[in-house]
Amino acid sequence: MKHVKTLNTRDYKKSQITGGCGECQTSCQSACKTSCTVGNQSCENKNK
Amino acid sequence: MIHQYKNNGYNIVLDVNSGAVHIMDSLGYDLVPLMEQDINIDTDSLFEKTGGIYAKEEIEEAAAEIRELANAGSLYTNDVFEPYIEKFTDNKNAHPIVKALCLHIAHDCNLRCRYCFAEEGEYHGRRALMSFEVGKKAIDFLVANSGNRVNLEVDFFGGEPTMNFSVVKEIVEYGRSIEKEHNKKFRFTLTTNGVLLDHEILEYANKEMHNLVLSIDGRKEVNDRMRPTANGKGSYDIIMPKFKKAAESRNQTNYYVRGTYTHYNRDFSKDVLHLHDQGFEQISVEPVVCDPKEDYALREEDLPFLLEQYDILAKEIIKRRKEGRFINFFHFMIDLEGGPCVAKRLSGCGAGCEYLAVTPWGDIYPCHQFVGEEQFLLGNVDEGIVKPEISREFGACNVYTKEKCKDCFAKFYCSGGCMANSYHAGGNINASYDIGCELQRKRVECSIMIKAAEAE
Repeated sequence: MKHVKTLNTRDYKKSQITGGCGECQTSCQSACKTSCTVGNQSCENKNK
Repeated sequence: MIHQYKNNGYNIVLDVNSGAVHIMDSLGYDLVPLMEQDINIDTDSLFEKTGGIYAKEEIEEAAAEIRELANAGSLYTNDVFEPYIEKFTDNKNAHPIVKALCLHIAHDCNLRCRYCFAEEGEYHGRRALMSFEVGKKAIDFLVANSGNRVNLEVDFFGGEPTMNFSVVKEIVEYGRSIEKEHNKKFRFTLTTNGVLLDHEILEYANKEMHNLVLSIDGRKEVNDRMRPTANGKGSYDIIMPKFKKAAESRNQTNYYVRGTYTHYNRDFSKDVLHLHDQGFEQISVEPVVCDPKEDYALREEDLPFLLEQYDILAKEIIKRRKEGRFINFFHFMIDLEGGPCVAKRLSGCGAGCEYLAVTPWGDIYPCHQFVGEEQFLLGNVDEGIVKPEISREFGACNVYTKEKCKDCFAKFYCSGGCMANSYHAGGNINASYDIGCELQRKRVECSIMIKAAEAE
């Protein structure tokens, strides 16, 4: 495309089908403890 | 739902409900809101509405690209998840799974940090150290309530956990000894202020701790103002050399230096960069959360300055990375491709359900920030969860139950934010902490801008 560059992202709708395994890290377990950051967590579902 | 913004020369368009991110030229960027209501709007109307500054052929071309995105489901998408949320939370509450514990190894501390939500380690209670017996029961509780989850997280927290490090070691050893038989994998984290961090503790941490969180606020004067020792002296000179050694010994991975910024260091980008200049590559510096009456509390009038700090920091991070000087700022981390599924994005931080905190004497609370608030006492390591209704209340809290989240573009990135912050700011876990939300939105914008810059 000439006017648009789309970054590669995970499609939420598709992730609805394969997601929800819960193996990913808990938000506060990394380095926050006083906020909530979820978008930075990596998915650990091997079958996604 | 669309969110579009300009940052650092990039025209960024987020399709909130699909997660798609588009970087557009000025023409495309200007057409996006004009085509939202009527995707087939004609070129003449677009020409007129954009003030005649673009050629009609160009408009036609850009409009065709926007229609292509819409047809592909990456622009103007609707929220299809809301109807499922009730089913999702009901299911979560019917089959509660615990996968992470914050163990309060020591309700005692050798620093006197002014902003400590743990009140110098005491958490509205008494000074106490966790016994191995309580820690062992906590591990057994976690294993018994973790269902099929393999990865289990345990954070050694305080107060200051190195003040009771022999028990930390015993708990780790116990956890390791039962991993195989239960098909579990423990990921331990140690959060420390560094005062007692000696060679022996570091060696052990490097062997057993998946993550190490090292508390320091940044510049010496900033750190020492808020993080004095018990005798009132600054802690920077004591901890800095130890933290440098720790970061190097872990090959600059699987750790964070973690600081808090307050009203007194609103120019916190300097603290982040100071930590980077000292050789740290993994850095987290967060806004203080406290009673708004405190002199160091962040105020609404601080916001424009704080938001600008994130812009300054984002640009500097891009620059330093281009120069080959890697820096990772925790709150600018965003995994667009490999990030969480929508279930995770909707389910919040997991406090009160997946993630629980255990006090030195074995009481269980929804998270470390609720410890000591008796109305949130969930149970204990002997009896387990005795008030499941509290757990259910936390499990049902999500971006759709929080009024202010519904129309917020950042809802799938922050997942509704910190429930403790909501409670402390608005009296219930479904309220919002407005200052925190403003900062969060800015961080999301900056982190996506960094991705755009790095995609060039």
